[in-house]
Amino acid sequence: MVDDNLSPASTAAPQKPAAFNPARLRFEWRLYVVYFAFAVIFLIFSVTQAGNGFLTVTNLLNIVSETANISVVAVAVVFVIGAAEIDLSVGAVAGLASVTAALAVNHWGIAVGVACGLATGLLIGLVNGALVTRVGIPSFLVTLGMMGVASGIGMWITSAAPVPIQSDLFNGIFGSGFMGPIPSLVIWTGIALVVGHITLRHTSHGRRILATGGNEIAARFSGINTRNVKHVALAVSGLVAGLSGLLYAGRYESGRYQWGTGDELSVIAAVILGGTSLFGGQASVMGAIVGALLISLINNGLILMGLEISQVQVARGALIILAVALARRRLTA
Amino acid sequence: MRDITKRFGSVQVLKRVSFELRAGEIHALLGGNGAGKSTLMKVLTGIYPPDGGQIEIYGVPVQFRSARDAKAAGIAMIFQELSLVPALSVAQNICLNREVHTKLGLIDDAACNRIASNTLRQMEVDIDPRQAVASLSTSQRQLVEIAKALSQGARIVIMDEPTASLATHEVEVLFDLCRRLRDRGIAIVFVSHRMEEVFQVSDRLTVLRDGVNVLTTETAKATLDEVVAHIVGQRAKNEFVWRLRAIDRTVEPMVAVRHLSTDRLRDISFDVFPGEVLGVAGLMGSGRTRLMRTLFGMEKVRSGSIQIAGRPAIFDTPGQAVDRRVALVPEDRRSQGLILQHSIRDNIMLPLLRKLSRWTFVDDSEGSNLVRRLSQELRIVSDSIDKPVGLLSGGNQQKVVIAKWLGAEATVLLLDEPTAGVDVSVKTQILGMIRDLADQGKAVIVVSSELPELIAVSDRILVMRDGRVHRMLERPEIGRATQPAGDSAFMGDEESLHRALQAV
Repeated sequence: MVDDNLSPASTAAPQKPAAFNPARLRFEWRLYVVYFAFAVIFLIFSVTQAGNGFLTVTNLLNIVSETANISVVAVAVVFVIGAAEIDLSVGAVAGLASVTAALAVNHWGIAVGVACGLATGLLIGLVNGALVTRVGIPSFLVTLGMMGVASGIGMWITSAAPVPIQSDLFNGIFGSGFMGPIPSLVIWTGIALVVGHITLRHTSHGRRILATGGNEIAARFSGINTRNVKHVALAVSGLVAGLSGLLYAGRYESGRYQWGTGDELSVIAAVILGGTSLFGGQASVMGAIVGALLISLINNGLILMGLEISQVQVARGALIILAVALARRRLTA
Repeated sequence: MRDITKRFGSVQVLKRVSFELRAGEIHALLGGNGAGKSTLMKVLTGIYPPDGGQIEIYGVPVQFRSARDAKAAGIAMIFQELSLVPALSVAQNICLNREVHTKLGLIDDAACNRIASNTLRQMEVDIDPRQAVASLSTSQRQLVEIAKALSQGARIVIMDEPTASLATHEVEVLFDLCRRLRDRGIAIVFVSHRMEEVFQVSDRLTVLRDGVNVLTTETAKATLDEVVAHIVGQRAKNEFVWRLRAIDRTVEPMVAVRHLSTDRLRDISFDVFPGEVLGVAGLMGSGRTRLMRTLFGMEKVRSGSIQIAGRPAIFDTPGQAVDRRVALVPEDRRSQGLILQHSIRDNIMLPLLRKLSRWTFVDDSEGSNLVRRLSQELRIVSDSIDKPVGLLSGGNQQKVVIAKWLGAEATVLLLDEPTAGVDVSVKTQILGMIRDLADQGKAVIVVSSELPELIAVSDRILVMRDGRVHRMLERPEIGRATQPAGDSAFMGDEESLHRALQAV
């Protein structure tokens, strides 16, 4: 054992450590449970609900479109949770951004509208980040407070009324449009997946996020400015919540402070289902998207089965708890 | 324990180990990392079921199905990471989960305090049972931990590296207690890497190597040489001897510190030249670690100057220090040096991200090659560089921390307790690495409480006391280690350094 050095020979030697290493086995399981659950549930619905049109292209694309807001935001929140912080304000920020975007589109046109929506999110994200990393307030409290502030402002500046958007182009790009046969919401999800995955896995920012979340002290001893890393994560989370606001505005052809209410919980559920550790240090963008799709899939299938919305909610909640419970165990050294 | 075997997967960790512990003795258990010490103790405490062999307690064969069974049989383990609840009082901790209740079913705090103070009195330890554990020092917490075990009727107490975080006088207190417990018929297993202490306190000792019991003997009949030889398996004690190295002190110093003061440090001045190893010695709280942290940009400088390679080098953040090729191997590798759940590769690549990325995209194949080269160079034992470092042994973890900075090509290396908690053969390797690094022209500053190692590796030793430079020991003063040294010359050195530390 002592002589078993890390030489090419011993690395190449046939070994099956995973089968005997319980810690590692669990560890792998947590990362893959979401794909497994997705496959199983998809199969069940394919068999039982095929007659109700479950397997039609329209329905499948619909499953992806329906959850686009959750998917896109989940990608950004993977970075926040990966860095061992949390962002509860994403839903409310999306609502506020839909309002500012709608107002700006109607006054100054699309470009300014888009910029306004994104800037709203970015600004709130920057403030969240500053309060967490410079003032030192826990992100749970900062973003919980910001949730109220954002939805309050949205309600205030619109007197609680929806702001209809006249621009068909805007509504097409961010909502009901298609690019060839593919709905724009599906495309936005795809963009988020690719950009998020590459950033997390192949850039130094991604590594720094995971290092910061895995052990902030060790990361700092390695020369990483962990405050900046967290600040960026929270700012981007705000920015992407702003994008989600644009998607809501396009989809419902209006800005309204209530768009996105409660999204933070679905987003966190998707991220955790996807194998990201709630304690930071382990994260997966792909998993988060599949997590979001899984929730959407369950919704869709159960509704096709003829369940009431109320029953769907109960079943969905129970399935999420079950999946996370299966994947709950953490790596213990 | 007779013929205990235990395998994990394809690895046979214990090969028919027999281990006998007598009532009323202090039995030291020694061995390198991965020799099977912890596994053997975990079998004894019921955490792992043995694959074969037999355990008898006081002549009665037992079979532990869980840690609870072992506890009921009077076996208690005092962990390295203590298991007390800081917010509760000493008495509440001692009675935790076995609370005494009043007739109304409420917790009887008075009775609990009585039990606790009785136990502490029997131990002749002066700790107020009503005090919160959070307000106690590490050594006091350890005593409470022992009190907890005793109050639960422990007859066999296992201590894993109990002195690792204690100052010298605290070690004395602990050893006195161990001797008193022994005299009351309690058997103590003392797992340690510190030879000195083993010889000081134990009655018998057992050495494990590669899962085999290679030596069990009366401590009084054993010599240090013999024990080390059994641990290492081959004689390598030469490594603990200083080697003359030529250092040019006429060139510009690599590190120049002048009148440096912080909240805890007062007026510190010293130079480290390229190729030099500066040892820093001092008791706990003397400011050793503070000095390292200050050089690395983790503590605020009040006044004075630091220069590295002739340029001002007072850093606000560790990031700036890393940019100037300063590296710190921190004192506590698990909490400060490593991200335990991440792989060997990810940990080693962490300080190298900038170097290994182009347009922010990390070049993983180049990184893997570098990591593979470093782990071969440092002989990191693992089946893959993708293995989480949390699953490696202590010595291998320490090598990973060092590898991080070798890859980063640091020119100033700050090593805080680089050999803490690793076995003798890894210590020897690490000392060799430190010399190699210095030979490459780097400036190395080593803080260590392990004086023989410090003497062996340092070209000069800075002795700190109460945040000040107490003395600077030049080579001739440190000792006679240039002579072909037997153990006696070497111990003599250590004594003089001990005296310097105590400011006698």
